[in-house]
Amino acid sequence: MTALLRTHRTDPAPFLLLAPAVLVMLSVVALPLVFSLWTSLTPYRLTRPETIGAFIGLRNYIRLFSDGAFWAAFGRTLLFLVIALNVEFLLGLGIALLINRITWGQRTLRTVMMFPMMFSPILVGFQFKFLFNDHIGIVNNALQSLGLIDFAIPWLVDGRLAMFSIIFAEVWMSTSVFAILLLAGLFAMPRDPIEAAKVDGCNPWQVFRHITLPFLMPFVYIAMTIRSLDVARAYDIVKVMTDGGPAGRTELLWTLIARTGYENARMGQANAMAYVSTVLSVLFTWYFARKLIAARRTMGGAE
Amino acid sequence: MAAITLSGVVKSYGRVTAVHGIDLEIAHNEFVVLVGPSGCGKSTTLRMIAGLEEISGGEIRIGGRLVNDLPPRKRNISMVFQNYALYPHMTVRENLGFGLKIAGQPPAVVAERVAEAAAILGLAELLDRVPGELSGGQRQRVAMGRAIVRHPDAFLFDEPLSNLDAKLRGQMRAEIKKLHQKVETTVVYVTHDQVEAMTLADRIVVMRDGRIEQTGTPIEVFSHPVNTFVAGFIGSPPMNMLPARVSGGALRLADGTGIALPERLAGRAPEGAEVILGIRPDDLSPVGHGLIEAGQGAEVEMTVEIAEPLGMESLILSRLGGQEVQAKLYGPRFVAPGERLTFRIALDRAHLFDAATGRALEAG
Repeated sequence: MTALLRTHRTDPAPFLLLAPAVLVMLSVVALPLVFSLWTSLTPYRLTRPETIGAFIGLRNYIRLFSDGAFWAAFGRTLLFLVIALNVEFLLGLGIALLINRITWGQRTLRTVMMFPMMFSPILVGFQFKFLFNDHIGIVNNALQSLGLIDFAIPWLVDGRLAMFSIIFAEVWMSTSVFAILLLAGLFAMPRDPIEAAKVDGCNPWQVFRHITLPFLMPFVYIAMTIRSLDVARAYDIVKVMTDGGPAGRTELLWTLIARTGYENARMGQANAMAYVSTVLSVLFTWYFARKLIAARRTMGGAE
Repeated sequence: MAAITLSGVVKSYGRVTAVHGIDLEIAHNEFVVLVGPSGCGKSTTLRMIAGLEEISGGEIRIGGRLVNDLPPRKRNISMVFQNYALYPHMTVRENLGFGLKIAGQPPAVVAERVAEAAAILGLAELLDRVPGELSGGQRQRVAMGRAIVRHPDAFLFDEPLSNLDAKLRGQMRAEIKKLHQKVETTVVYVTHDQVEAMTLADRIVVMRDGRIEQTGTPIEVFSHPVNTFVAGFIGSPPMNMLPARVSGGALRLADGTGIALPERLAGRAPEGAEVILGIRPDDLSPVGHGLIEAGQGAEVEMTVEIAEPLGMESLILSRLGGQEVQAKLYGPRFVAPGERLTFRIALDRAHLFDAATGRALEAG
């Protein structure tokens, strides 16, 4: 034991070998984190660099809690998250179940399904901005040509419709994340319990409800975890399609934070917002991770 | 509880036909074992009875009811799968009660039947565990429990013991037999293991290449195999098959060894016929070390090549008529390789098959 301790004390090799990694972690992760936390405790403005030294305690946070615009963005982000995740889950599940049934052309379809994920969210934003444009957009054009409407629907100008349009774009882009993960789950699923359930008296819906779905839940939670982090930081699509408009009706947390930090140059305030919104992401991740662990424990006996 | 009737049942996958028109009557409460090598169509036949495979032709009736187009859930059968097929996310209690719950039985009835099944199979202690926490034998028992709680018309077993080790397999075999005596129900049991077939069956159905080769009680199939396939498949170690020619009232083996044609078989093979003489290892023993009474049968001298002592008996590998044969020596006695012994053949239990068709040569 003493020999072991001595070698630990005298041998510098382990420390030398670890040093580069530690340095990189410190400079890339720890330092910016401490720096941003510090600035959230100051009235730091990008236009007045000297303000970074003025410590004002929790005043930024206190102001946040009485800031209606911030809470509106917070609530909107939550709503966005809940709707997008659920719609993507349901659509993804449906697509996965359908693709799982077909035997011919399945590989091709799987690849095609991934296409939306290959585009930059900015481009998806531009594309949908064009599609939903009330004058030249293809959506209104199609609806009018079909004779369903005889006026222009203000997709991106009306507050509610604008939110819908953004969610639509988000769902279009990312449903395949759910579809792919759930399809992987279906592929991994043993056939025997399904047959046993059929013999046990289940109709197809009951087989799905009692056997297939519980088996898929771990995969659902993995997809939910990934996507909740993704959606909670939504910025690019919103920035491109509406820039938080009209009149702030599609302002989400990160568009508000970016506006506060870069356009208004109030970096201290923006960082305080960012820390509060991080809590939201952490909560979602924690919730889904717990569900995942519970679901995986009971799936331990799956052959 | 019900009889099962298969008439002209065919299964084809595209151009490949897996089952060629099977006819089988399974009586109420009968324990029938479908046995045969891999790919003989036995599992497919079982899955067609269960409704997990559609049938391509013929009729299946359970309890007189035509079930050709009924989904599995409407056939009132239960099945035990090779891989147990338990529901991994449910406890043993939920696994057992699942079918009843789906059928809309009140919770009190479910609990009562689950308790009953658990008592029969000794599962009471395990009711709150999930399948992941059970051993292979316990999982198999749960799978059987799940089958009996529903009081089905018939049990279908699809190679239920093949994932267990040899010792456990022996135990579970006995339990299945006991279970059948306790819970009187028609059973169709599929296995590739002829020992399981012999020990469990009221009636054995030997299958090959999608056809039934022979149907009969274990003793019938063992004592009167209809062809060389059944003769070689049933019985362990397998029957010795020696090509021979009938000449001058005796059988001439390939190397010229002559064996007197026993009276029982004499009428079945005309002079000059090419036949196969089938002798089970138990019917070929060194003089004084077999089950054959002195003075009976034919005697031959053979040289021991390999002896495999098993304790109370030894398997002896030797040569007869230029061909390897297995013989059995009863009693604990050491046999050295190269030893020359006089063997007695129990000719009254020997079999004769047509060399060209492989069919048993019957009297008359």
